[in-house]
Amino acid sequence: MHGFANPARFLRLARWLTPLLLIAGLIVTGATLTWALTSAPPERLQGDSAKILFVHVPAAWLGMGGWSALAIASLTELVWRHPLAAIAARAIALPGAWFSALCLATGSLWGRPAWGTWWVWDGRLTSMLVLLFLYLAYMALAEAADRDAGNGSGSGQSRIPAIFGLVGAINIPIIHYSVLWWNSLHQPPSISVGESAMAPVFLYGLLAAVIGFSLLFGGVVLARMRAILANAQAEARLRRRAMDQDFDDFGKRD
Amino acid sequence: MREGLDHWPFILASYALTIGGTLLLVAQSWLSMKQAEARRERSRDR
Repeated sequence: MHGFANPARFLRLARWLTPLLLIAGLIVTGATLTWALTSAPPERLQGDSAKILFVHVPAAWLGMGGWSALAIASLTELVWRHPLAAIAARAIALPGAWFSALCLATGSLWGRPAWGTWWVWDGRLTSMLVLLFLYLAYMALAEAADRDAGNGSGSGQSRIPAIFGLVGAINIPIIHYSVLWWNSLHQPPSISVGESAMAPVFLYGLLAAVIGFSLLFGGVVLARMRAILANAQAEARLRRRAMDQDFDDFGKRD
Repeated sequence: MREGLDHWPFILASYALTIGGTLLLVAQSWLSMKQAEARRERSRDR
């Protein structure tokens, strides 16, 4: 694991992995969503609105999985000071926020025909909304920390975003168990380890959608990490050159 | 009693939002990566 924390080794790996993940993700997601829209059967109780499952559930898992990964990267940054951990956490924030927002929006669009309402302030929906706000707060905090550090490149060394990323992880089990702890219009989990209450056609379709969106998520995170690294390297070079220039000018004056 | 709503506008809105937003995210991430790497190369050449 420590070996991949070397930026040069990471770049060698990411150079071919980024397009591979993105292309595979686009193919798997595209094929699954086309099948879901045109061929997935209506569900016995919810009818055609159950097709929203294939976009809503992957978005929910990636929103929660994204913060879990961000928290692991934050822990790695705090404990082991891996040079890529802060960059990985910052790269995860935007796609994580997007999938959390998408989960809320598609859930609302599913809730209207299924429950008769767009929104209820129950444990599951509210804790998911809190997750979106946590992502937005993390992005603001990371940007402010990088600006204070003076590099503006997203590779800052401040520990405050990492501590925030770690503390925010408390919301993940709250989201997961909210439907069991409190009364909710939202259904309890249909899938747990080793068992599923879903019909196979929905289960396999959902699995394909989760794989497709996860590949896209991975590709986007790698692309954003490469962008942060490249900006940091360009900033460092320009700063070094400016300092050399200043020294030269100083030497000529003497 | 539940209203007899047509489900398809909700389904199509969900899919359009998902596909459009995710493609935008992928394109933005790819382009900012390419721009940043070009900036790094330019800083090396100067």
